[in-house]
Amino acid sequence: MIEQALHSISQFYPEIVIILTLCVIIVADLITKSDKPVTGWIMLGGLVISGITILFQAGQNGSFFYNMVVVDPFAVFFKLLLVLAGIFVVLFSLQSKELDSYYTRKGEYYMLLSGMMLGMMLMVSSTNLLMIYIAFEVTSISSYVLVGFTKKETDSAEASTKYIIYGAVSSGIMLYGISILIGFTGATDLGAINEALQNRADIPMILNISILMILVGMGFKIAVVPFHFWAPDVYEGAPITITAILAVASKTAALGLLIRFFSVSFIDSNGLMATGIWQTIEGIHWTTLLGGMAALAMIVGNLTALRQDNIKRMLAYSSIAHAGYLLMGVVILAQEGLASIMLYLFIYLFMNLGAFYVAMLFSNSIQTESIEKYKGLGFRAPLESIAMTIFLVSLTGIPPTGGFVAKLYIFSAAISGGWIWLVTIAGITTVISLFYYIRVVKNMFFYKPESNEGVIQFDLPSKTILLILLVPILLFGIYFSPILEFAKNSVQIFGM
Amino acid sequence: MELQILGIGILTWLVFIPILGMAAVLLIPGKNENAIRWTAAIATGIQLVLAIVIFSVFDRTKIGINEAETFQFVEHFSWITVDSVPWVGRIEITYFLGLDGLSAIMVILTSLIGLIGVISSWNIEKMVKGYFALYLLLVTGMMGVFVALDFFLFFIFWEVMLLPMYFLIGLWGGPRREYAAIKFFLYTFVGGILMLLAMLALYFSVAYTDPATGQTVHTFNMLHMMNPENYIEGGLLTGVDTTWRYVAWMALFINFAIKIPLFPFHTWLPDAHVEAPTPISVILAGILLKLGTYGLLRVNFPIFPDATQYFVTFMAILGMISIIYGALCAMAQDDFKKLIAYSSISHMGIVVLGIAALNTQGMVGGVLQMFNHGIITAVLFLSVGVLYDRTHKRGLYDFGGIANQMPKYTGVAMIGMFAGLGLPGLNGFVSELFSFLGAFEAYKWITMISVTGIIFTAGYILWTVQRVYLGERPDKLKDLKDLTPREILAFTPLIILIVFLGIYPAPAIELMNTSLSFLVEFVTN
Repeated sequence: MIEQALHSISQFYPEIVIILTLCVIIVADLITKSDKPVTGWIMLGGLVISGITILFQAGQNGSFFYNMVVVDPFAVFFKLLLVLAGIFVVLFSLQSKELDSYYTRKGEYYMLLSGMMLGMMLMVSSTNLLMIYIAFEVTSISSYVLVGFTKKETDSAEASTKYIIYGAVSSGIMLYGISILIGFTGATDLGAINEALQNRADIPMILNISILMILVGMGFKIAVVPFHFWAPDVYEGAPITITAILAVASKTAALGLLIRFFSVSFIDSNGLMATGIWQTIEGIHWTTLLGGMAALAMIVGNLTALRQDNIKRMLAYSSIAHAGYLLMGVVILAQEGLASIMLYLFIYLFMNLGAFYVAMLFSNSIQTESIEKYKGLGFRAPLESIAMTIFLVSLTGIPPTGGFVAKLYIFSAAISGGWIWLVTIAGITTVISLFYYIRVVKNMFFYKPESNEGVIQFDLPSKTILLILLVPILLFGIYFSPILEFAKNSVQIFGM
Repeated sequence: MELQILGIGILTWLVFIPILGMAAVLLIPGKNENAIRWTAAIATGIQLVLAIVIFSVFDRTKIGINEAETFQFVEHFSWITVDSVPWVGRIEITYFLGLDGLSAIMVILTSLIGLIGVISSWNIEKMVKGYFALYLLLVTGMMGVFVALDFFLFFIFWEVMLLPMYFLIGLWGGPRREYAAIKFFLYTFVGGILMLLAMLALYFSVAYTDPATGQTVHTFNMLHMMNPENYIEGGLLTGVDTTWRYVAWMALFINFAIKIPLFPFHTWLPDAHVEAPTPISVILAGILLKLGTYGLLRVNFPIFPDATQYFVTFMAILGMISIIYGALCAMAQDDFKKLIAYSSISHMGIVVLGIAALNTQGMVGGVLQMFNHGIITAVLFLSVGVLYDRTHKRGLYDFGGIANQMPKYTGVAMIGMFAGLGLPGLNGFVSELFSFLGAFEAYKWITMISVTGIIFTAGYILWTVQRVYLGERPDKLKDLKDLTPREILAFTPLIILIVFLGIYPAPAIELMNTSLSFLVEFVTN
């Protein structure tokens, strides 16, 4: 038993590093002066080390801690994405002026951020319902507090309250669903649940309902319609760095969890596994349900984004729309779809973080998040505006940017799966999305700045970070074999 | 036929020289405006030289269209290959460039108009660096579309044109530039998405077996898409005359019809033209519109011969409506630029009618009309530009009696006008004649109605000549100067071509005859 535990620990280094980072941050916060950003740098170091240990896990495929946690290429891919997003968000946080006014609580901020990272990393690698729920809650509770971090701003406090209420309700529903599922199958392990489901002669409706309830919890985290109502307010109220991590990392983690849960627990393994296309267990028509959710998310997200003036709010709705595009990959229930989701998430990380970063830089220097006030910025901050243009063009999905490649693969997966109506909706909504993305570009470039508004200078580190975010978007727009290979090779889920 | 410079194929040079120029422009400090202009001129100038080289060594007897062996200056490299994924087979996107008679003539047009656009951009004073950088990017996109034989590559180049055009209209345009720019962007983007979906559907329906490894390879190679044997069993677009094939044809057609622009997808064009600066109007009417008809001939016709035959009358009818409607609208305008914009719609209708005839005459006429219209409309937009630069007015009623004031300019503009009218002896006549002759064989009534468009064309052109160039000269125009040397430089090659091809169109026809005759045969059988 001890041997098993010791062996398991050796596969748990990335998470252990994060836990240690968390502890070191608490101590460092106590002993250092709080006006120095020491804790931020500690977290950055911790994330980098954790990322390196994840790289050592590449290619493994096994289960640990009595089937609580797995290390498989799928988990490794997602954990790498999460750590990457975490690193960027810490870099953003170090530069954020918004957070500076709360400098005495910097330690707390990074501590909670580490907690959130830990929760998300566990979300994508747990295979036990209890572990899944714990990971889910660790992420949620850390993020509730982080959203309200700038608590003197009323909308930040409001956002936090809203987030807690929505989050508590949806995680309650999810927990209820989990308890029904455990009650009926007598198992908490996803593989065992799958076995139990397959051995039943008939699937009672209540089981389908329980899965539906679990879906509510995950849908909430992904911010997919109809569980998206919290997103715009929370995104707008939260500090921009936290908005960025919610829009990118939290969504990525929840999507990873959803895919794992779906594909391990209730795919009919007697189906056509060899061809890479699966069948779900009988009951509700799951694909239509998910397809409908995807379509709704694309329609609602894109249409509502049209009317937003706050850049964070606009990006919030746009991220709802992107959740819809991502779900398209799940709908077709095929390996190919998963690979395209992973490709999408990888590029989405860079382009969305990039857009948030430029928004943060602008908010730092001209204290506004209103798109209307972006007028003339193209002449006052040309490099940053061009970068923003590339990020937004990539989010729209116009070649030669990475966003196009991402959309191309999601679309092609859906077409090869025969989901023509869904792809048509995706195509139409993509055109709609052009409107609100290009409006930002228009405001930046098509208006002259007022005479009293001079050129805005940005420091070298911020330019470097922008460049690091830009390069993958442009590079993978033209040459995307490596990342495609990587995604395809990472679609190996333990227990399938 | 292979032609290489420094080990790199001539077509790659042709496409990417402007990108090199763009990089150079971006490196030159913004204050050094003349250096930027010269860089752009040199880049497009080299392009023109390369195009002339291509013209002189081009083998006129080779077919192209669907045979990889008879394409010329071919460059075919693996670009993105994802090997043997168990559930999709091999994925292949190639860097595949080549020329046949159809694309060769468009390449010559593009490089010529590209250079003339730079010359007429010389007096752009606002943000010179940004302007020429975007301009050169735009030229790369256009040239790329004409030489790409891989659908994916074709699509990338097609979409690359969007953003530069958006900014060129939106930043350097007239008072309603924002509206015009976004309208252009939206229309083309809708088309782009439709093309994307059709392209993906094709991709999943087409696969060939790699002779070396025996793998099934899905490919974006257009030539493979033209071969019915490559369609896999059960593919969405497999078969002949299926509903999905019609749908895919329609999606592609709408995309190209937006670019042409064919009635009823034309409304973006007048706005874009009126707001765009002169050189951009020249590019827009001279090259961009041709991408639409070129796309029909390169993609719709050979990949979907069945659907093409099914829809061809429908195409002819849309062509007819465009001819008449465009001419009537042109007659009603009092803005000079809008008038030419509508005349473009009318003239592009002739192209569509000609190629819809599906016989050699009509096809040759249509493609020649693409080339000729590119030249003529460039002259017309430059003429408007000359007046606009001097007076900042474009209203037809703002002028009068220019002929006495600016004789050289009037001469040049008249040649353009009459070529547009289809006067025998000038190039427009030849191509319109061929188009209508071909079309008459196929559709008697449609052609007869279409030909009445010529009367309206004569109407608006003669009326314009009368209002602008003839009659009394108002006093406010007495200080107008005649053409500057730079303007003469821009006009000269175009005028020479108009007259030369009017008298002796053989060089142009020989260039494309073989390919187009084969295309007709391929589609009709």
